[in-house]
Amino acid sequence: MENSGGFSFDLCKRNGWLVEKGIVKPPSFTKTGTTIVGLVFQDGVILGADTRATAGSIVCDKNCEKIHYMAPNIYCCGAGTAADTEAVTDMVSSQLQLHRYHTGRESRVITALTLLKKHLFGYQGYVSAALVLGGVDCTGPHLHTIYPHGSTDTLPFATMGSGSLAAMSVFESKYKEGLTRDEGIKIVTEAICAGIFNDLGSGSNVDVCVLTKGHKEYLRNNLMPNPRTYVSAKGYSFSKKTEVLMTKVTPLKERVEVIEAGDAMEE
Amino acid sequence: MDPKIDSSAPISTGTTIIGVTYNGGVVLGADSRTSTGVYVANRASDKITQLTDNVYVCRSGSAADSQVVSDYVRYFLHQHTIQLGQPATVKVAANLIRLLSYSNKKMLQTGMIVGGWDKYEGGKIYGVPLGGTIIEQPFAIGGSGSSYLYGFFDQAWKEGMTKEEAEQLVVKAVSLAIARDGASGGVVRTVTINSEGVTKNFYPGDQLPLWYEELEPQNSLLDIQTEAVPMSI
Repeated sequence: MENSGGFSFDLCKRNGWLVEKGIVKPPSFTKTGTTIVGLVFQDGVILGADTRATAGSIVCDKNCEKIHYMAPNIYCCGAGTAADTEAVTDMVSSQLQLHRYHTGRESRVITALTLLKKHLFGYQGYVSAALVLGGVDCTGPHLHTIYPHGSTDTLPFATMGSGSLAAMSVFESKYKEGLTRDEGIKIVTEAICAGIFNDLGSGSNVDVCVLTKGHKEYLRNNLMPNPRTYVSAKGYSFSKKTEVLMTKVTPLKERVEVIEAGDAMEE
Repeated sequence: MDPKIDSSAPISTGTTIIGVTYNGGVVLGADSRTSTGVYVANRASDKITQLTDNVYVCRSGSAADSQVVSDYVRYFLHQHTIQLGQPATVKVAANLIRLLSYSNKKMLQTGMIVGGWDKYEGGKIYGVPLGGTIIEQPFAIGGSGSSYLYGFFDQAWKEGMTKEEAEQLVVKAVSLAIARDGASGGVVRTVTINSEGVTKNFYPGDQLPLWYEELEPQNSLLDIQTEAVPMSI
């Protein structure tokens, strides 16, 4: 070999050859072929998502949750690798919680946006999470999209995932400024349905989350356009293995209290 | 899903960006299309980003990279302004962008045009292209649409234009590039900076001049559908 020291890339060449010849398949990640959307309406933000999770061509969860919690006033839809969207939203939501303990103030959407984009940019697109971030804070309603490489956009209506083209066609023809809550939910549901029915990667039910000033409404399975058509009349039964002898629930005491009132910056 | 539409492709601002100096200031211009492969991810994006009160930057190339660079430079300039107790110069802003672009050149895919006004040198335009060099220019063009504009600018740019002449030149140039470059489109945004401050302008796609073989804008099919009387069979 002519290599003058350092790294050897012989195996890269070999692996490329094996893939090219079809002897081995390159490894792939579990992706959530997804439709996720969001829009700004009269007094807040509405987020929407389908509930199908896939591994290749197999539907591995028919009713998963893709609208993730970030803060009481901020939620985030995730598309891309399921593990990455889950991990990145969980991590940032805990950073936001600590930040709230520190400042004693409500989290802002821009804070969540910056934390997410910094993480994703640092991993140069290898953390494959495409997100629609929405929330209402002291500066009003906000909607952003975040791409796996860390770029962000600020939009009045947004779609992401493999069903984004279908969903965007609904938004582009029906969105207008100053929608009411009910109009907004209707358009979001319609956009997700466009993804469910026209994109192979999306399916099952519609989840919706309505965020308004000081209020949130998580409408899990807001619409179920694909109900089960057959359930065995006999039902299912399991053989008795371990018996529950006693049930006692002890509610945990809140140990940390967030003080909302007062200006923490002033002495 | 259509295999040609690769949603995991890096978001890039396949772009037309322009900076022009005139008698007393500068005009920056850009289209508004952001694309992922062949899909338009954002049709109304703002590629002219504020760095300080008196300095703006036009971004092209990878959206993620250019956002990070301009975020850092905005932060450094803010500190610099506080320490100095007066507005930062355009030269300092451009040099900070160059510093980041050059020292991280293997990681970054972004070209920028910095423009602004300061009391020492007046209106100035600096180009900071891919490798991280810095070029002070009377006018600068960038992005994929710029290849259609070199000849036009050689012919049309004149020393000592008025503000109105410069702004019309920028709008004309961006609309020419939009007409020929597939990766540029949407609306035209301009930012004019001079001793008096900053003026932002917005020219919707249907109000731009028409060029060779271009057709008049039509009402969309959706508008016609809602207005039309129900069809009878």
